[in-house]
Amino acid sequence: MGTVRPRTLCAVRDRRQAVEIVFDHATKRYPGRASPAVDDLTMTIPAGEVCCLVGPSGGGKTTAMKLVNRLVELTSGDVRVDGRSVTSLDETTLRRGIGYVIQQVGLFPHMTVAENVATVPRLLGWSKQATRQRIDELLDLVDLPARDYRSRYASQLSGGERQRVGLARALAADPPVMLMDEPFGALDPITRTRLQNELLRIQQQVRKTIIFVTHDIDEAILIGDQIAILREGGVLAQYDTPDQVLAEPADDFVARFVGTDRGLKRLSLTQLDELQLEPANGAAGPVLDGHTTLRDALSTMLNEGTRTVVVEGDDGTRQMLTLDRLTELLK
Amino acid sequence: MAEPVIPDFGEASDCVAENRFFCTDWVRENWDPVLQPALVQHIYLTAIAVGVGFVISLGAALLAHRLRYVERPVAIVAAVIYTIPSLALFQLLVPVTGLTVTTVEIALVGYTVLILFRNTLAGLRSVPAEVLEAARGMGLTRNQTLLRVELPLAVPAIIAGLRIAVVSTIALATVAAFVVSKGLGGPILGALRLDFRTEIIAAGALAVGLAIVADGLLVLLQRAVTPWATARTAT
Repeated sequence: MGTVRPRTLCAVRDRRQAVEIVFDHATKRYPGRASPAVDDLTMTIPAGEVCCLVGPSGGGKTTAMKLVNRLVELTSGDVRVDGRSVTSLDETTLRRGIGYVIQQVGLFPHMTVAENVATVPRLLGWSKQATRQRIDELLDLVDLPARDYRSRYASQLSGGERQRVGLARALAADPPVMLMDEPFGALDPITRTRLQNELLRIQQQVRKTIIFVTHDIDEAILIGDQIAILREGGVLAQYDTPDQVLAEPADDFVARFVGTDRGLKRLSLTQLDELQLEPANGAAGPVLDGHTTLRDALSTMLNEGTRTVVVEGDDGTRQMLTLDRLTELLK
Repeated sequence: MAEPVIPDFGEASDCVAENRFFCTDWVRENWDPVLQPALVQHIYLTAIAVGVGFVISLGAALLAHRLRYVERPVAIVAAVIYTIPSLALFQLLVPVTGLTVTTVEIALVGYTVLILFRNTLAGLRSVPAEVLEAARGMGLTRNQTLLRVELPLAVPAIIAGLRIAVVSTIALATVAAFVVSKGLGGPILGALRLDFRTEIIAAGALAVGLAIVADGLLVLLQRAVTPWATARTAT
């Protein structure tokens, strides 16, 4: 795709291709502030991947994200979506093509769930029929049965349900790009974990290019295909896959930020069934299933005081993982 | 034979003749010629005052919402008008607009502006920041945000303002009788001069009743147009 495609009108099912986002020496300075909020940020987010922007407060994560939909205007440099500079587009046209999810959700309290989700389709002039169909499809996607939820108001939803609607609303016009600003930051831990997993499941289906801002490195590791760590002054400290960030932090700042338990965090990136394991050959030990993470496998070893766990595949085959093998893997 | 100078008002009942506390027979007889027309005039006086006041206030509030510096001058002018006693205001206006309904309406409109302007502006400003950010982020233009988000969300505050304005205008409009003999103030003023209790009570009660009914109707209107504000919260 050489150019951004014209706004799809009724083609609800016509899935748009994901697009690449490029930050090209993007800089944002606020007048009267000594250091920039975002300082010469250069990175490429591949089409269809999730890039988590993490870092301490004051690191300019949110500012960097807002450069994409121009809620914050660039001071210098460029941001390109699908090869086109965001500054070349009209603000509102640009924003209607980018899903936007924020921590406080910002549902319109005077509109029903359905009307909220229909916001952008309406702005784009979709037909009633197509909009309605899309609403049902999206509520289904975010696991809110349309029949029960369509006519509710925000005040009649729980925090988790509100953010699901927020996600559906952002996805409504099937934008190729999504910006998410600490979307699960205000939720309780259980709801949060559930929504993180839902997002991963949804992303499997929709394959958007997502910029996901969070201050929580664990969330970034779970959600991100790529992680961009910003330090104070909006300087990019490291941009890499979660595994690389944990395995080889670029500097002391990143190492401190990801935590001294980064070895354990790295183990949580991999499940037992993703490894080539040795046959169990009758070895004894606690039995785990293939979907267990290496971190949980290690924890089991420590709990049970053994150096071996048995991994039982879905087909009943038994393999084993030893502590020595686990140590090898971290190298 | 000279005609009698004093017109024949017919026989007054004992109740009226003795000026007892309240005479229902007088009310029955005078509903059509006196009370009902006064009530209708009163409704007109109020409706015009609040209607015109609302249009002015809404315009001023929208302007002040976009241009912050407009707020202070409007608020000051409206507050100054609000503090002028009604009789003094009539006195000031009569030389200009005469003993007319216009004089009365100018004064009544003046008194509604402060309340309606403040409430409308407060309503427009009460929209939560995250709602506005979401609106901007989704690509609503400024005017779309105003029409689809800010104004609908300001409706409860606007109606709250209308309720105060309507009730206070109904009360104030009785004073209109000092300028023109329109509204429920007419019978009240006349009866005060004669110290005729029944008429004072009947016209006064109509004004109170009108205020209660108007207020109730506005509450119903609010429920009808803002179902979201009264929606049951999540269980």
